[in-house]
Amino acid sequence: MAETAPITQDVLDIRFPRRDGSRIPYAVFNSAEVYALEQERIFRGPTWSFLGLEAEIPEPGDYKRSYVGETPVVMTRAKDGELAAWVNRCSHRGAEICRKTRGNSVVHTCVYHQWSFSAKGDLQGVPFRRGQRDQTGMPPDFDVKDHGLRKLRVESYRGLVFGSFSETVAPLADYIGPQMRPYIDRIFNRPIEYLGCTRQFSNSNWKLYLENVKDPYHASLLHLFHTTFNILRVGMQATTTTDATGLHSALLVVKNAEDNAEGYKAQNIRTYQDGFRLEDSSVLDMVQEYEELSTNHIQPIFPQLVIQQIHNTLVARQIIAKAHDKFELVFHFFGYTDDTPQLRAMRIKQANLVGPAGYISMEDTEATELVQRGITGHGRAASIVDMSRHKPDETATMISEGLVRRFWEGYRQLMGFAAEETL
Amino acid sequence: MIIPLRWQLLELQDAYIAAIDDDRLEDWPRFFTDNALYEIIPKENEDLSLPAPILRCDNAAMMRDRVASLRHANIFEQPTYRHMISGLRVLEETGETAVMRTNYLVVNTSLEGSTSVYQAGIYKDVVVRTEAGWKFREKRVVYDTSRVQTLLAYPI
Ligand code: FES
Ligand SMILES: [Fe+2]
Repeated sequence: MAETAPITQDVLDIRFPRRDGSRIPYAVFNSAEVYALEQERIFRGPTWSFLGLEAEIPEPGDYKRSYVGETPVVMTRAKDGELAAWVNRCSHRGAEICRKTRGNSVVHTCVYHQWSFSAKGDLQGVPFRRGQRDQTGMPPDFDVKDHGLRKLRVESYRGLVFGSFSETVAPLADYIGPQMRPYIDRIFNRPIEYLGCTRQFSNSNWKLYLENVKDPYHASLLHLFHTTFNILRVGMQATTTTDATGLHSALLVVKNAEDNAEGYKAQNIRTYQDGFRLEDSSVLDMVQEYEELSTNHIQPIFPQLVIQQIHNTLVARQIIAKAHDKFELVFHFFGYTDDTPQLRAMRIKQANLVGPAGYISMEDTEATELVQRGITGHGRAASIVDMSRHKPDETATMISEGLVRRFWEGYRQLMGFAAEETL
Repeated sequence: MIIPLRWQLLELQDAYIAAIDDDRLEDWPRFFTDNALYEIIPKENEDLSLPAPILRCDNAAMMRDRVASLRHANIFEQPTYRHMISGLRVLEETGETAVMRTNYLVVNTSLEGSTSVYQAGIYKDVVVRTEAGWKFREKRVVYDTSRVQTLLAYPI
């Protein structure tokens, strides 16, 4: 992934004070120029961006609008069942073609001059192409085969659909990498059913959110739900892992193996005499579904996806960058097709924990916006990401910013930004 | 004096939105029966019969928990909501219960002093007559403003 050559003349003059990802110049969050360069080097560069779930478009002709960075794209399932994606821009004179969020059609017709395209993005029809009566049409050298839509490479990994503008990026499974695949495999271990999405809009930089999901340090400090209601979380074991680039990562929080789900539940509802307690703690119920009794599985696959399992809620979060200081989050909820009605109801109830109104998540966008406001006008200053920096091998802890550092070093290299420190 | 049903139901809605707008959240669960459903769900999901909500309480205890969490646990910029409601339609009515829908618009004013539309949508309500007056047995808040700005803390 580090195939981008460093910028020799660093026109943006972005310098990372260190080479270990522990000092982040705020300019990467509040510069429109950096944002523009990210579109080129990341979203149109050698990466795979998450577009949606196969379960959202199960039938031939199904489609959904999505994004790769700021570029609007449409992901489709063609007549033959194959997945495709194309830029939502007519090859004639640029009009947006697909005007609905979702739908089913094997033909996509631009309303402006009614050029029509197949679900795979091939140009099929041009009105008056051969003229009419004595009026001329398109020139003889006009060939529909040359004027399809801008197509993306599309691949699915276990039902997660990704698109890429890059001809050189490795196949998706290799891009995800051997460290990350087992984590995806554990969640996407059988057919899923799409349960709907919720959307959240934040006035902050998209990378602040990626930092947030790579930062277990904030979990018990910013999110006070468990602490306030005296919900005990003893015997939790954290594991953090990254891929070779540091851009993808996984955080798994597991309850000790000797305790089963019932024990976990019993412990959860134990409360102190004083303080607050939940009247109805069913929102924290949990059924063990995987080999490990994991309360949290948080896995960002750079740049646009975060896979989440919290208790029994399952979500594929899509991060869509909108401007240097704006991003949208789309929470795609899913369950398994073999869910019992009770388990399905539990997943829906636990939506209260996560998402834009979630008990243990609503503070995240609040925090990223606080950062965005705090750093305005201070592009030269840098953040401090030092927690457990002297113990890089300690991965079994929540009190670490190791994943954040690995991320920034991967980002710096991908963007071709200089580091002042020489090693 | 017999107060027409429509007037009674408008009074219920007005009292409900006043409790939220005046930041009397502790009063909010009292507008519901004990086993009431309160749900906020995007129209996008409702239209496709998909169940994912952003908030769902299936009894009044969960609503009280929500208030306790907002008051003592969660961190957010205190919203200043103003609810506007219009277009109340009674769809079914038996004397003891009524099914109705009402448009709502919520504007929010930030600490810095700018006001913006926070959410538009409809209330899909089932109300029942109790000794303490009309209460919601079901209030499903179906919002059009699918992009939730920053977060949703307070009920709608
Ligand atoms: S712009 Fe699409 S047909 Fe002309
Ligand atoms: Fe968080």
